[in-house]
Amino acid sequence: MINISREAFCVLCTHDVLRRAKYKLQNTRKNMASICFYFQVHQPRRLRHYTVFDDDDKYFDDSKNAFICRKVANKCYLPANRLLLDTIKRYEGRFRIAYSITGVLLEQLFKFSPEVISTFDALAETGCVEFLAETYYHSLSFLYSRDEFIEQINKHCDTIEELFGQKPKIFRNTELIYNNELAGLIESMDSFDAILTEGADHILGSKSPNFVYRPRDCGRLKLLLKNYTLSDDIAFRFSNRDWAEWPLTADKYAQWVNRINGNGNVVNLFMDYETFGEHQWEDTGIFNFMRHLPDEILKHPDNDFKTPSEVIQTYEPVGTVDIPHLISWADTERDLSAWLGNAMQSNAIHELYRIEKKVKKTGSEKIIEDWRKLQTSDHFYYMCTKYFADGDVHKYFNPYDSPYDSYINFMNILGNLHNRCSKRATGALSGTSLQNKDQPNLQIVC
Amino acid sequence: MRVFMLGWEFPPYISGGLGTACYGLTKAMNQLGVEVTFVLPKIVNGKYVTHVKLLTPDSQTSKTSLNLNELKNVSFCTINSPLQAYSTPDSYQQQFEETLRQKQIKNSTFSLKQSSFGGADYGGDMYTEVHRYAALAAELAEKEQFDIVHAHDWMTYPAGIAVAALSGKPLIVHMHATEFDRSGEHVNQMIYDIERRGLHAADKIIAVSYLTRSIIVDRYGISREKVEVVHNGVERNGNKILTDSGISKDEKIVLFLGRITMQKGPEYFLRAAKRVIDVMENVKFVMAGSGDLMHRAVEMAAELGIGSKVLFTGFLRGDAVQKIYQMADLFVMPSVSEPFGLVPLEALDNDVPVIISKQSGVSEVLKHALKVDFWDVEEIANKIIAVLKYPPLKMTLRDYGNFEVRKLRWNESAAKCLRIYEDTMVAV
Repeated sequence: MINISREAFCVLCTHDVLRRAKYKLQNTRKNMASICFYFQVHQPRRLRHYTVFDDDDKYFDDSKNAFICRKVANKCYLPANRLLLDTIKRYEGRFRIAYSITGVLLEQLFKFSPEVISTFDALAETGCVEFLAETYYHSLSFLYSRDEFIEQINKHCDTIEELFGQKPKIFRNTELIYNNELAGLIESMDSFDAILTEGADHILGSKSPNFVYRPRDCGRLKLLLKNYTLSDDIAFRFSNRDWAEWPLTADKYAQWVNRINGNGNVVNLFMDYETFGEHQWEDTGIFNFMRHLPDEILKHPDNDFKTPSEVIQTYEPVGTVDIPHLISWADTERDLSAWLGNAMQSNAIHELYRIEKKVKKTGSEKIIEDWRKLQTSDHFYYMCTKYFADGDVHKYFNPYDSPYDSYINFMNILGNLHNRCSKRATGALSGTSLQNKDQPNLQIVC
Repeated sequence: MRVFMLGWEFPPYISGGLGTACYGLTKAMNQLGVEVTFVLPKIVNGKYVTHVKLLTPDSQTSKTSLNLNELKNVSFCTINSPLQAYSTPDSYQQQFEETLRQKQIKNSTFSLKQSSFGGADYGGDMYTEVHRYAALAAELAEKEQFDIVHAHDWMTYPAGIAVAALSGKPLIVHMHATEFDRSGEHVNQMIYDIERRGLHAADKIIAVSYLTRSIIVDRYGISREKVEVVHNGVERNGNKILTDSGISKDEKIVLFLGRITMQKGPEYFLRAAKRVIDVMENVKFVMAGSGDLMHRAVEMAAELGIGSKVLFTGFLRGDAVQKIYQMADLFVMPSVSEPFGLVPLEALDNDVPVIISKQSGVSEVLKHALKVDFWDVEEIANKIIAVLKYPPLKMTLRDYGNFEVRKLRWNESAAKCLRIYEDTMVAV
């Protein structure tokens, strides 16, 4: 999920004006502009209130999860899927999109809102929709455990193939977190053709996000960069009445896209799927905007819609991009501070990965699965204190009153999980049967 | 702007937050150039032994604590009245009898302007006393020049009404605590009536929190528009001892600091302590303060079987407070009803992280604090354990909390009051 503060919003608006001016000046040469839509679809499995006195292994608040899942399904997933399916049929293959749906969400959809799965399946069957790969648990595992990272990607790919009949060829990391090393690792997996990340100015310098690139040190893998101006026009600014361009119409938006025609090959519009109906409510006109957008875009004969795989098949890299430091698509900083910015976040995630061996050694499917669900990045996002004092941000379906409550809850659960592992280990040593249920034993060590 | 301000305690003669608040507010007003005449009931008895004893003048500290230079626009008037903050009619009666027995009125060590009124002819009950104070204050006011009357809490309301009526100046009443905060549902009808009369007579009401404002609106039949919220600030601890305190301890210390009365929820603190001690070693609970539930609290600790883990220090002041903050790992305020609650701000100012009840006004201004329902003993214990067990939590709460407190200054509160004065004077 991406989020943005008010302050950041103003900065973005200023950038936005400058960039449009730049495009106008450079608009001389003619060639194709392909629109590449990718929607991130994710909801975490939220944790239940778990005190230090609790000692069961039920960590998740599934009545809350069911409620949120159904709510988002009704406001966003179902109407948006219906709309996009209609649009694809109406344009007979000329309108094309991509999704990345996390494993943790797919599991919840099966449980709480299975009709959403069938509408995604219907979309898959059109042949105009590409599904991307990511870590099944929407985790930050790349930063802490390469083995775990690869296992989670493989699990996600298998799930997507099983559900939608296509093997993902494009990778996107959680929150578009990226650096050269990630690109190297993904290339070495030999399963993917390209990777997606953020294309903010301060990351790219003078480079335009509107071309295909090659990550530094990669021979085969290609890189697609988010056009953050045009993406954020829809995802963040669409309903903002203080924005000079409000109200945004499909017609106006298509004109902005047309300006790229001539100094770019592709416009990568990457955003949360919840933009439609959740972040921007239906009454803002967001669905109508999407309904009319293809018409307006396709009015220009040079424009088309492509999936990420089609983009990289059509366009060759125009250069290499060197990103040594970790970046993401979050906040103005575009760094990892939303998940790892304070001592609590850093402590929680280190403690989580520190017990990896212990967890895996238990051989208990349930323990490993619980441990993996704790890896979902949202748990750490809720601990963020960055904009907390401003009462801003990070509020979207955040189950906690404060980052502190979130940390305490997480650590209590992690403590219990750790005890379960220890219990197993002792059980195994003393020769007791592993069939015994995990009986966590509350021990507090200071 | 000249303010005729009616108070009932002032440092160093304080037993709770009201005196501290009056000090912070008048000091900041002084910096804004507001002239304040501060009227205080003079404290008459130095040897009285109940919780009221804690208020008595202490000649060793009085001069150092009261830096008159900081308050050069503030002048003080005292009235020979035994009124003291947080008195109940019962304790008042006892005190009155004691005074009569001694038949000796000690002169204040305060180097303050002293009223010529008063004497030994006190009325025999709180009600009479409040009204006597009002009559004397009104007489005093005749000699003073001022633009507005500002009365702090119920005991000064009759005085405020009288002074405003005689002078024709607008009346502001400041609500630091309501009778419902002090007594729960066992409201003293006399006090309630005085509060109600004061609130209705006032041209404008200042509440210390939104919580207090809603009590004023719901319980006293006041319209919301008449009540402005001015949150308290915190006085920066200027003479912080930065050198190593020399305290080395292998035990964690959880601190309760405040009056041990129903309002402050000592019972919940002890019940939570019990839960913590059940699962954790090397932790001690310190209850610093005194009050009418002190004996009950000692008994309760014994009943819960945690007597050896709970320490009672009695009322602390000055260096002793500093020292206890330096030793504490965590401050807990499980108040049942707390109109504002200055102590958590002081704790954070002293780098001690805090757990505060959601039923407190201060929770409206503090984000970097752990918040609990006062009755949720399990959750209080859960959070105490978390702070003691996870150092990053303690560190983050302390650092962000300390930073947050630096932003809560009295000069903003004083500026707000000044704005309210000006608006009221225009309206009247």
